[in-house]
Amino acid sequence: MKRYSVFALAREAARHHTGWERAWRSPLPKSDYEVVIVGAGGHGLATAYYLARNHGIRNIAVLEKGWLGGGNTGRNTTIIRSNYLQDESAAIYEKARGLYETLSQDLNYNIMFSPRGVMMLCQTEHELRAMKRTAHANRLAGIETEMVSPRRVKEIVKIIETGGPRYPVLGGLWQPRGGTARHDAVAWGYARAASDLGVDIIQQCEVTGVDRDGGAVTGVQTSRGAIGCKKLCVVVAGSSGVLAEMAGFRLPVESVALQALVSEPIKPCMDCVVMANTVHGYMSQSDKGEMVIGGGADGFNNYTQRGSFQHLEETVRALIETFPMISRLKMLRHWGGIVDMTGDRSPIISKTPVEGMFINCGWGTGGFKAIPGSGWATAEMVADGAPRALAAPFSLDRFTEGRMIDESVAAAVAH
Amino acid sequence: MLILHCPYCDVMAEETDLAPGGEAHLRREATASDDAAFRDYLFQRRNPRGVHFERWRHAFGCGKWFHAARCTQTLEVFGTYSAQVSTPPDDILAKIRSRRPDWKGFE
Repeated sequence: MKRYSVFALAREAARHHTGWERAWRSPLPKSDYEVVIVGAGGHGLATAYYLARNHGIRNIAVLEKGWLGGGNTGRNTTIIRSNYLQDESAAIYEKARGLYETLSQDLNYNIMFSPRGVMMLCQTEHELRAMKRTAHANRLAGIETEMVSPRRVKEIVKIIETGGPRYPVLGGLWQPRGGTARHDAVAWGYARAASDLGVDIIQQCEVTGVDRDGGAVTGVQTSRGAIGCKKLCVVVAGSSGVLAEMAGFRLPVESVALQALVSEPIKPCMDCVVMANTVHGYMSQSDKGEMVIGGGADGFNNYTQRGSFQHLEETVRALIETFPMISRLKMLRHWGGIVDMTGDRSPIISKTPVEGMFINCGWGTGGFKAIPGSGWATAEMVADGAPRALAAPFSLDRFTEGRMIDESVAAAVAH
Repeated sequence: MLILHCPYCDVMAEETDLAPGGEAHLRREATASDDAAFRDYLFQRRNPRGVHFERWRHAFGCGKWFHAARCTQTLEVFGTYSAQVSTPPDDILAKIRSRRPDWKGFE
């Protein structure tokens, strides 16, 4: 792999950009691999990369039904934060946020990590108390967040209306090192770095069956033929239930649509991410100037990856009260992704009832921020055959044992 | 927008008038059941890409619960029926089979 650098840029500029090579290889699938990862989204590619880099396992295939990063990795609102209440969540999300800080250098690929700060608004007394509790929990977990006053909120977020009639801003939970990154670049960067370490990334290869022999996985059936493997890791978010059914078990997961939209580009007006959980909307401004807006997930099972108009209205209506200036913005694009929701709104990184088969799913509406930490922890589990400290709390056993990692009640919002 | 027929009011209700209630026909566990059975009842879900049976409530109408048979891949609605049954009625199953000949059937 030729490294990207200012010298490479100068060299290519001098020869009319004829020397750039493809970012990753597109090999034909081999008949056997040590590890097969299903799903070339951020989490799957990060798992492949850390397996190769941290654990020296290079005989890996990443199979993707569609195109690389075309699922939720390319459909989210790119927010990165780690201000979670529970210790287990705080550990893995902070690991991810920490890895994001140096990911561009690590991958030699500009993922445009922008630690512009994340402001979570408190718009009811209850929310204010809950956020204070989170701020204390964050301090104990070593995560840098602070409670700020309405006046400070207004200083940081110039366009906000803090004295709204229904939901005045009573304070905010401010994480200065949270922010955004370019979501596609995260997938592309991991793909390029993993491919360079020998990982085969095979796109347009749909898994149609899981081969088992006496309760242990032996390979997968795909639209491009059978592929054998010693270990199988399924990282397919919204399609997790479908893959689990192929392997003969069920998951505590339901797939629903989550929608987002962007406005026409305007001049810079907001240099951080703002989340309003009471009215349920969040917003940031992209480098192009578009306001990137997200809302809540649908309440019913859905695999269509499409949006719906009443959700658009619901989300924008919620934000107009807090940001009156967006009321005349035109919305440009609107899309949906299929997210995998668990009962406690925490992910699953776990062994499965099938020997040699692992699963990483259940990130629900907040998977993007976790990609590096999730890949790191999943790679540890696949390499060792059992999860280490980071992933262990997120096992499937917790649903039998009642050992929930309850981020649903903690945030009073799907996230 | 999803539009379902309320079997009690006999009106077509829009998604914004309805409240989703998750997977239908779950078997409620009792005190004698073991942990795995409770896990299955509380958390494990069928979550199919295709034919799905669900509970819905006509929240901004009559307020009553009812059942719906729906395709999660195309959003096609096969029909709605009374909440007072533990399995889908035959006419709904026949409708699904006519639209999805390779459907495995209700388990």
